[in-house]
Amino acid sequence: MYPRSFDYVAPTSLEDAYASLGDDSKVLAGGMSLIPLMKMRLFSPGLVVDIGRIPGLDAIEDTGDHIEIGALVRHAATATSDVVKDNATALATAASLTGDVQVRNRGTTCGALAHADVAADQPAGALACGAVMVVGSASGTRDIDAADFFVDSLTSALEPNEILMSIRIPKAGPGEASAYDKLGRRGGRSDYAVAGAAAWIKKSNGSIEAARVGVTGVGTKPQMAYGVAEALVGTDGSDEAIKTAAERALEGITILEDLYGSEEYKSHLTKVYVARAVKAALAGL
Amino acid sequence: MTINGRATTADVEPRTLLVHLIREQMRLTGTHVGCETGYCGACTVHVDGKAVKSCTIFAVQAEGADITTIEGVASGEVLHPVQEGFWERHGLQCGFCTPGMIMSAIALLDENDNPTDTEIRHGIEGNLCRCTGYHNIVRAVEYAAAKIRGEEPPPPDWESEY
Repeated sequence: MYPRSFDYVAPTSLEDAYASLGDDSKVLAGGMSLIPLMKMRLFSPGLVVDIGRIPGLDAIEDTGDHIEIGALVRHAATATSDVVKDNATALATAASLTGDVQVRNRGTTCGALAHADVAADQPAGALACGAVMVVGSASGTRDIDAADFFVDSLTSALEPNEILMSIRIPKAGPGEASAYDKLGRRGGRSDYAVAGAAAWIKKSNGSIEAARVGVTGVGTKPQMAYGVAEALVGTDGSDEAIKTAAERALEGITILEDLYGSEEYKSHLTKVYVARAVKAALAGL
Repeated sequence: MTINGRATTADVEPRTLLVHLIREQMRLTGTHVGCETGYCGACTVHVDGKAVKSCTIFAVQAEGADITTIEGVASGEVLHPVQEGFWERHGLQCGFCTPGMIMSAIALLDENDNPTDTEIRHGIEGNLCRCTGYHNIVRAVEYAAAKIRGEEPPPPDWESEY
């Protein structure tokens, strides 16, 4: 099963990569989403720009206030990095539950985010952890908040001439923790999310001061559950408070029925997994 | 690139998949093409020491890489412990998934030579066996792990009493 013919370049600098990008091109990093799409001929770019040979993009850096995950950091590296596990637990867990061993060895965290699959794990983690997408192009760089990055199914805010160079996540301060949990298509936590949720909590003096909750798998895109976060703030994070807050999980979210569940079932799962993620984040404090 | 320790070169179209380079140009047909969509893992090879699915990588991406296929794991006539485990513990029925299973199992044991049953099952989660012979595959990996640790493998199931 071959893709349609395409031209291929493997630049060794970001500048050369930017210069190659145009309306009919696509960036290739790990290829775990792009190559199957191309093989099934659902997508046939005229030019593939392979960024795999650009040095310096495969690092996870601790910049003091933030951690920065480069464009070529594989899922396996995100999942096992101590600095990510400590500061963005939800993202590390989501990376550990992405695909299978071979996919995690090859696919990249930034690639999974740029691909913007409605059922991918890491977008939920990025939303909850307050990630900022660092986007580059020939005309410079710009930052996009994760909350504004996922536009629609398989559609991010990236322009065709842009590359997601890295993501920047604020380091977890005192009283801050995050977690991710999901139901996978093959049962348990395997495969794409039928429903998944990530939660970030900031707690001080016994009450929740701030929260962010991201959900995936159930709607037209990975998105924030603002109602849940709003309902959590000011509470003590008790099971009762979590249950009440999770009831607001569907606010602003269009639930889509698919092969893996009815609208009713997915609506139910959304609340269940939002509650589990919040509980797990609080347990991580 | 280097395949099974031998430096080799090839000219390919950009859309040539690594598995087709390996099978059709290098004539190493032990690596199988199963689902072609990245699910089944029959095409698993090692690229720079990591298990990957060769049907979901363009050959050009592997330029300069060090590749190991199923043909490269035995030492002459001596089977790799994982191959021996599949033989000794009946880890295959039709054999189609076996090369990929073995490559995934070797990668798992490279990182952890004393995996639990659960860890073995997670380690081969990217490989599907349509004979559903997973039970004996897990036993085969367990056998290989013991051999690699220099220990006596547990006796086969069929010798134990239920």
